Amino acid sequence: MKQYLNNTEETEQFGAQLWASLPTRCLVYLHGDLGAGKTTMVRGFLRAAGYTGAVKSPTYTLVEEYNLAGRQVFHFDLYRISDPEELEWIGIRDYLDQEAVCFIEWPDMGKGYLPEPDVVITLTAEGTGRTIELVKKV
Amino acid sequence: MYVLGIETSCDETGVAIYHAEHGLCTDLLYSQIEMHSEYGGVVPELASRDHIRKLVPLIKQALQESGLTRKDINGIAYTAGPGLMGALLVGAATARSLAWSWRIPAIAVHHMEGHLLAPMLEEKPPAFPFVALLISGGHTLLVQVEGIGHYRLLGESLDDAAGEAFDKTAKMLGLGYPGGPKLSKLAERGRPVLHFPRPMTDRPGLDFSFSGLKTYTMNAFNASSQTDQAKADIAMAFQSAVADTLSIKCKRALQQTGLKRLVVAGGVSANKHIRASLTEMTARENAEIYFPRPAFCTDNGAMIAYAGCQRLMAGQQQALEIFARPRWPISELSGL
Repeated sequence: MKQYLNNTEETEQFGAQLWASLPTRCLVYLHGDLGAGKTTMVRGFLRAAGYTGAVKSPTYTLVEEYNLAGRQVFHFDLYRISDPEELEWIGIRDYLDQEAVCFIEWPDMGKGYLPEPDVVITLTAEGTGRTIELVKKV
Repeated sequence: MYVLGIETSCDETGVAIYHAEHGLCTDLLYSQIEMHSEYGGVVPELASRDHIRKLVPLIKQALQESGLTRKDINGIAYTAGPGLMGALLVGAATARSLAWSWRIPAIAVHHMEGHLLAPMLEEKPPAFPFVALLISGGHTLLVQVEGIGHYRLLGESLDDAAGEAFDKTAKMLGLGYPGGPKLSKLAERGRPVLHFPRPMTDRPGLDFSFSGLKTYTMNAFNASSQTDQAKADIAMAFQSAVADTLSIKCKRALQQTGLKRLVVAGGVSANKHIRASLTEMTARENAEIYFPRPAFCTDNGAMIAYAGCQRLMAGQQQALEIFARPRWPISELSGL
């Protein structure tokens, strides 16, 4: 499935639709360059769940955690990981073992330490907007 | 009272010893010292968040450098949150266990309280109350500090932190990552030919947002000739936009609170342009401005030892539990 998103609002809307369609336990890889809209899409997902607080980029914290409407969401960003082994030091298995939706930005940085994804989403800047492609792996 | 402070909330492993009257005895960051002999080998740099292997040797070194033994330590303070659960647990478990076996109290410290009180480690600390702007790779916060434990969050970044915006913009301009300081260097050669938006300054409130500016910069870069001069012009426009935004919000915070003191901390406060811009603004507002030394601006054990010491002296201490809290609103802290 491929779609063109004109602006931030449409990117959030796309994320919001995912809230209804993703299962409660799901591993989602998020590909896309800096500024492509990965965190914006996750914000839309969380807004659809009724979350009103700030959705911060997890680049520095590596992971942001949300508990919403009885569902758990982990938003990872592996951009700063210099070696996939570091995922062991941050306890990645403890996170992925849970009944949760896990969004992983820059999953390539975790090669060998991350399980295969259920869903792969790719955002690509195009003109003043971006294209988004969603592939289900199961 | 000697307090051992332990910081392991994110990347840095920091250990310090603070004395209630004599001040800071030792302040160590893992990266600053050679500890190869402690391990009988080289510690792999890849495990930058591997606090387990670094922490105990660092504590030993801190005791040694300050000429103390474990019997001199009267309390242990550790960062209990916010931060990465795994990283926090290393500090919490080590601190709590050591305190138990040494029969001394332990105290859990909020990482951001450490940052807010770090300026108190300076020879001429600011008097309470003040407004604090904390700008780093991970945080962008405006806080009203009335006294120890009395904090009011005035505003924060709704998406990217200021330092993160610098680092990511630097990456887009081909300066590597993290390249915030390189971007500032490049901006010096820029010409004032571009004007970027000042995010969220046209509406009331003290929150920040830098993600849109990042995307705006990317679009400007893609539309440019991408020559060295064009990159320098973009770097300058970006830096000015961040500096102006910070100044506008800080001015608003001083006016709203009626306070006349601004403390600026965090790694980004080393940026010359931002410093100059904030200094000019406070001069116009007849306010004072304080910049703690760089070592106290980034993550460190000294600020944790200091904050913990104040709480221990007030009679607070942690129960016999390993307490760590990855999400911990600063407003929930108790006053002294």
